[in-house]
Amino acid sequence: MNDMLAIEALRITIAGRNVLRDVSLAVPQGHVHGLVGESGAGKTMVARAVLGILPAAARVISGHIAFDGAEITHMSERERRALLGRGIALIPQDPMTALNPAFRIEHQIVDVLRHHFGLGRTAARAQALELMHQVHIRAPERVLRQFPHELSGGMRQRVLIAIAFACRPKLIIADEPSTALDVTVQRQVLRLIKHLQARENTAVLFVTHNLGVVAKICDTMTVLHAGRVVEEGSVEACFERPAHAYTRALMAATPRYDQPAAALAPVPEALSRDLADEATAWDARHGAA
Amino acid sequence: MIGRQVALRLLLAFPTLFGVALIVFILLRVVPGDPIAMMAGVTATPEEIERLRGLYGLDRPLLEQFWAYLGQLVQGDFGVSITRRLPVTELIFERLPATIELSLFAMALAVGLGIALAVAATYWRGRAAERMTDGFSAFGLAVPDFLWGLIFILILGVLIPVLPISGRVDPSLSFSSATGLYLIESFFRGQFDVFVSTLSRIVLPALSLALPLAAIIARVLKSSLAEVMQQDYILLARVKGFGRFRIVMRDALRNALVPTVALTAVQFTFLVGGTVLVERIFSFPGLGNMAIEAVVNRDLPLIQGVVITFALIFIALNMLIDLTYGLLNPRLRHG
Repeated sequence: MNDMLAIEALRITIAGRNVLRDVSLAVPQGHVHGLVGESGAGKTMVARAVLGILPAAARVISGHIAFDGAEITHMSERERRALLGRGIALIPQDPMTALNPAFRIEHQIVDVLRHHFGLGRTAARAQALELMHQVHIRAPERVLRQFPHELSGGMRQRVLIAIAFACRPKLIIADEPSTALDVTVQRQVLRLIKHLQARENTAVLFVTHNLGVVAKICDTMTVLHAGRVVEEGSVEACFERPAHAYTRALMAATPRYDQPAAALAPVPEALSRDLADEATAWDARHGAA
Repeated sequence: MIGRQVALRLLLAFPTLFGVALIVFILLRVVPGDPIAMMAGVTATPEEIERLRGLYGLDRPLLEQFWAYLGQLVQGDFGVSITRRLPVTELIFERLPATIELSLFAMALAVGLGIALAVAATYWRGRAAERMTDGFSAFGLAVPDFLWGLIFILILGVLIPVLPISGRVDPSLSFSSATGLYLIESFFRGQFDVFVSTLSRIVLPALSLALPLAAIIARVLKSSLAEVMQQDYILLARVKGFGRFRIVMRDALRNALVPTVALTAVQFTFLVGGTVLVERIFSFPGLGNMAIEAVVNRDLPLIQGVVITFALIFIALNMLIDLTYGLLNPRLRHG
């Protein structure tokens, strides 16, 4: 199968401290891959490395990122710009801040279309309207004329999904796209992403801390802890036979739709300590840069 | 909504104007110097001076003078200039266009220069260009407008005389203006010799006025841009594949301009105030130059007229500023 995204032994440091410790993962075409972990595990760093928008202090020490078979780890700014938005798109985390407050919705969908496809005003507008239909926005003509502050969080996230799918990218990075929304809207948004992804056969790297979300929409998954991969495999396998104690602990700490009243257990302290020790040992083996 | 805002502003303008009129009136009668004595000259007899004093109503009690003065003001009558013996309104309208043209030209220069500097500094962040714009801002801010004027006269007018340094238009060119706005009018009437002559004379005074304001705009806009560049929507713009220049100019600039407009507008009123000295330095025949002559000659009606005119300009400017906010920031439009 054709891997849209293949990350191999990626090691990244920030100010000399290891934040990703040889992370490898692959997202085949048409698959949704969950990247799971607590905050600080390095999920977002993986996403930013793929998009080439790492913080200024971050350094890629070793490893490779390949998109659609081509190496993109150290690509020039210019090449990357041609790729972003068109080949790889992002669904950002917080719909309240990800839209530009000074421009109408239409402008923010149309600009990416015009930039990458050189579409004329009318053609781009027609496309935008079509996209609005696809993300199930009622009264799309009106919404296109509105400013972000006039829309609800759920509506804004739909607009952002429309922007992400606008150029029909092969890979979408979804960075906790439902975290900032309330539960009912969350489910609609997830269903929408899944629906569009399946129709377009898009590969999705779905970054989240929520295993419940992973169970709902992902095919395969990787569990990160302290920048290390602790578990990977198909979602069924990971859920039925978690290989690592940390995955089991995460599951116990995740609320379930089918058992809302069940008590949640925090990750045991001894396990956290062990994992921290392992990370330290890793640093010792590889030199703490 | 906007109509109500304007109406409220207009209503508030009246007490402001009353205050200005009162302060000018009192101030001018407290400071030493007898306008009538100056006007009549050293050869005048006491009887003549008394007669003139009566003619201009300056022998009546202060309260009565003020009351009469207010009555005139309400009718748009600023009285008659003591030195020029012409209606003050006429004198002001003759000079006002020159000052308006100078101020607007200076403002345009300041805004253009300020935005260009801020954008350059943001685009080349962390490089030499950023430090250069910072240095320029500090320098532009530290040197006041009239000093810039003197520097320009010295360098571009005297040492390397490339630009004329006085007047508004070459006196040998005949140009009768209907609006008094020489630059615009000559351009649209196709009299390009007049246009060039006017332009070459307005550049230096305008630049003197513009530089300090440009420095302030550059500084505030730069920090506002730095903040905007950290926002999520800028990250999304990068991920859309847009280039850095486009992101700064289109996605960031409009958001960053909102706080800058407020400041620019306030500073613009200072710029208009600055025209008084700069016009004097460049012998530019505007309102400010006339104001100084009026003060030197103790021409009370003229001083009052000029000050009230400036007050009116400031009030109008402030109203305009508030209306611009809504245009730039869509969130304020449906308040």
